[in-house]
Amino acid sequence: MRSLIDPLDLSIKEINSILDLADDIAKDPKRYRHVCDGKKLATLFYEPSTRTRLSFEAAMLNMGGSVMGFATADSSSASKGESVADTIRVVSCYADICAMRHPKEGAPLRASLYSKIPVINAGDGGHQHPTQTLADLMTIRQKKGRLSHLTIGLCGDLKFGRTVHSLIKSLSRYEGISFVLISPEELRVPSYILEEVLKPKRISYKEVSNLELAMGELDLLYMTRVQKERFFNEADYVRLKDTYILTEDKLRNAKPDMYILHPLPRVNEISLEVDDDPRAAYFDQVQNGVYVRMALMMKLLGVEKPC
Amino acid sequence: MLNIDSLQTGIVIDHIPAGESMRIYELLHLEQMDCCVAVIKNARSTKYGRKDIIKIEGNVKIDLDVLGFVDPNITVDFIENGKIIEKKTMTLPQYLRNVIKCKNPRCITTIEEEIDQVFQLCDPKARRYRCIYCEQEYSPRP
Repeated sequence: MRSLIDPLDLSIKEINSILDLADDIAKDPKRYRHVCDGKKLATLFYEPSTRTRLSFEAAMLNMGGSVMGFATADSSSASKGESVADTIRVVSCYADICAMRHPKEGAPLRASLYSKIPVINAGDGGHQHPTQTLADLMTIRQKKGRLSHLTIGLCGDLKFGRTVHSLIKSLSRYEGISFVLISPEELRVPSYILEEVLKPKRISYKEVSNLELAMGELDLLYMTRVQKERFFNEADYVRLKDTYILTEDKLRNAKPDMYILHPLPRVNEISLEVDDDPRAAYFDQVQNGVYVRMALMMKLLGVEKPC
Repeated sequence: MLNIDSLQTGIVIDHIPAGESMRIYELLHLEQMDCCVAVIKNARSTKYGRKDIIKIEGNVKIDLDVLGFVDPNITVDFIENGKIIEKKTMTLPQYLRNVIKCKNPRCITTIEEEIDQVFQLCDPKARRYRCIYCEQEYSPRP
């Protein structure tokens, strides 16, 4: 059974196919309103989420399917001590496809090993978030017209930011990509991303701590939130949470077509005044997230495009 | 010098770093075998000074891949009719199952006790392994 656990589970050809389908859905979503009639999506969310869970549910509802699931671990059998493996065996009997978010890294992979239905990783701890990456890629391609030959700045929590890890892994497969990794020392990209993704492919990258100095060279700026829920020590979170706050003033040196992305939710790392900047693309990412999730579920379920 | 009879048929695991033989005994689950097993500790070695040796008697089938992870200098001799019929040097296994444990507190393996601890070789030159679940690199340090 095909699942999506890691962004590299999809080949570039498959990603392009999903993005093409998502673009087609975006042009006329109503054409797709019955493609999943009778299909059921289970959303197994062991960790709070607004965007991702509702995005998955909206995606399935848009296609005529139905949804079931839970929104916190407290309202599932996990609170009784049930393992992820047992839960997915049970859910496989009820649903056709499943989206799982879990605070523990590797939980969706564990589930996929026991599942009879496709499992989609909807975020596992600070590890990976492949469907956010699909939304990011769709938005980048929409705004820049390409996924290659780009200098991408990633800013904020690069250590625990799962969307960052997934995006670097995915973009590193395209030609002419270079990364500017902007973070405080404590929140730098995990070593495995540097050692096993960037260095072997000889992808240009630099690690810096000053956002404003890097701004002028960027084609895209991907901002992230410092995530309180990933810290075991509150003092560390408090010390680091406001390291980067993007304002209109800081954008003065940015290229006129340097789009700003953010996986959301934001706290205060992007000032509200930036929302009116034509380069702010983070709410487009949200809309695109629904379309790519529709496209992904169609592919995993083997559903044909409407005539 | 302590004498252990030569094997007619069996396996000799040689050049084990001194002190590591009991770990290997456990990793290979030799306690579950009903054949004759000799563990020799601190044997004299011209190459290493001291070494451990394990001799397993009989025509037994054991997955020896883990030995490459313990030490690449370990050698294995397969013996039949009192003669060495094959001498094997060990390479790093692609996967390690229930040999080492993930220490990442955010990993699924920390809350699901029955889960197999599986590590994949990610860098043979540097002998680095990663947990297949959370991708954290294994570090022998506590």
